[in-house]
Amino acid sequence: MTAEVIERPDIAELEELARRARVAIVKAIANAEGGHLGGPLSATDMLTALYWRILNIRPDEPMWPDRDRFVLSKGHSSIALYAVMALRGYFPVAELDTFDAIDSRLQGHPDMTALPGIDISSGSLGLGFSGAVGIAMGAKAIGAEFTTYAMVGDGECNEGIVWEGAHVAKRYRLDNLIVVLDHNKLQQFGWRGESAQDRIPPYTGTELADRWKAFGWHVVEGDGHDIAAFLEVMESVQDADGPVAVVAHTVKGKGVSYMENVFQWHSKVPTAEELTIALTELGELPGDEAGGDGE
Amino acid sequence: MTAQMSQALRVTFGEVVSEIADGDPRIVMVDGDLGSSTRADIFEEAHGDRFFQMGIAEQNMLGVAAGMATVGLIPFVSTFACFAVARALDPVRVLVAQPNLSVKIMGGYAGLLAGMTGKTHLMFDDVSIMRAMPNMTVVAPADDVEARQALHAIVDRDGPAYMRVTRQGALRIFDEDYQFDIGRAVVVREGSDLTLISSGVQTTRVLGASEILAGQGIDAHVLHVPTIKPIDKEAIVDAAERTGFVITIEDHTIIGGLGGAVAETLAEHSPTPMRFHGIMDVYGESGPDEALLEKYRLSAGQVAAVVSEHLEARP
Repeated sequence: MTAEVIERPDIAELEELARRARVAIVKAIANAEGGHLGGPLSATDMLTALYWRILNIRPDEPMWPDRDRFVLSKGHSSIALYAVMALRGYFPVAELDTFDAIDSRLQGHPDMTALPGIDISSGSLGLGFSGAVGIAMGAKAIGAEFTTYAMVGDGECNEGIVWEGAHVAKRYRLDNLIVVLDHNKLQQFGWRGESAQDRIPPYTGTELADRWKAFGWHVVEGDGHDIAAFLEVMESVQDADGPVAVVAHTVKGKGVSYMENVFQWHSKVPTAEELTIALTELGELPGDEAGGDGE
Repeated sequence: MTAQMSQALRVTFGEVVSEIADGDPRIVMVDGDLGSSTRADIFEEAHGDRFFQMGIAEQNMLGVAAGMATVGLIPFVSTFACFAVARALDPVRVLVAQPNLSVKIMGGYAGLLAGMTGKTHLMFDDVSIMRAMPNMTVVAPADDVEARQALHAIVDRDGPAYMRVTRQGALRIFDEDYQFDIGRAVVVREGSDLTLISSGVQTTRVLGASEILAGQGIDAHVLHVPTIKPIDKEAIVDAAERTGFVITIEDHTIIGGLGGAVAETLAEHSPTPMRFHGIMDVYGESGPDEALLEKYRLSAGQVAAVVSEHLEARP
């Protein structure tokens, strides 16, 4: 399968692209011997859906002025963005080997001065979202028609600047701003639950959706791993008359069994053995219990 | 030199940015609920559709300004120096300075004369902080003539800029023939006994001090440095070598601001005995302007006294 020539991938093709992105993510972190995994893997399906089916972009012209903007506010998930961008044709997949290396365009956190296609630098949490509010506000000021998308983590919503931005986005009725909340129920360390290993989610039940609703946003909930369902949600909010928050329920570390819902995999490098297990589970290596279709 | 009073620099800011916006659709204003103090209200009246009220939320204000800059706008940020530099430092660093975006940050009420507010609002380390950031241009004009030109200059120069905007004006020291250039310092008094280097509105009081000193037989050379970054190394070296003794005087902490920039320059290019005068590593307090200038020794009379003390103590 040659992803780069797909015009409009169907759901099965999107799932395969997401699988390939996950393989690239795990390999890149192992290769770099550093970086994050839990957050990237919770975001991978949504980033794949966005970059292949939702965003109006030109990978061969990353600074096209009329492009939709995308801000990965949870910047520590950069490797997921890079993997999806590479598969989408922004740069060669082989460049993922330079992730976090000296002089690389693929910085640990997305750097708009290094890589064309990064619309706002991010990494200090909450700031990317604030910048996205400014892009959407600026777009209205100059009469631009594009939509601004931002992906924000649930733990990231601890940051006060998120709510400063949410306030004015509603006040200025930014109907050109759509925020995807990666609600994976874990942050780096968080609050202790029943044991040291049991961490309380940053927001439980409907708390996250309720907060955004309370700020006057149009809020929709969905599954961040069911690509077909996620696309339906994203298409349904295109004509909302104010800023939109899509609360996407996800699993941190999604796709690698031993990483799922284990907070330590927020940022941890797999051992050689763990890497083999991950690649086997992702269908990249043959194995007795491999679920993927391989290549 | 004229003896007229300068317009308050905040009024100059409101008027001049509105004028620039008349002919430049890229100019927008973001305000942190202080427009009636910073005089961004003048811009709101003139260009209401390009005035964005961010409320009492300075971090997001800087983030929004950065986002606007990415689509080709040139946002001016209206707030007090303490909030722009201290409260919103992270977005200034990550979203404005690092990406080298054309956001023009106005440090309103910078320095000692902040309108009876007290130490929470008195920002003495804004220049130290801002000049330490790569990409940032830092300017501190002395009067309305210079402020007007500086505002035009920072619009014309791509990238982020920080400008100290004092609440009040003092004496106007430049006439209409004056030419401000980013990165150029200017000799405002020729002298031979020692060199005083100042910046911002404080230069007007240093000039006053130099007249007092002249009456005591001390002939001060005064260099005004309206751009702290990029610093005019050549002018500083020339001014230092002219007299062999330098005192920096600033309405700012003596740590890392103008004095620091001058010391870095001279240490490397022309080591010269130096003394530092300004806010002496303390926090401020509320009080009438004149009382603050006396207590913190930044009035013309106090500066003259400080200079005399340094000259007497000099080995």
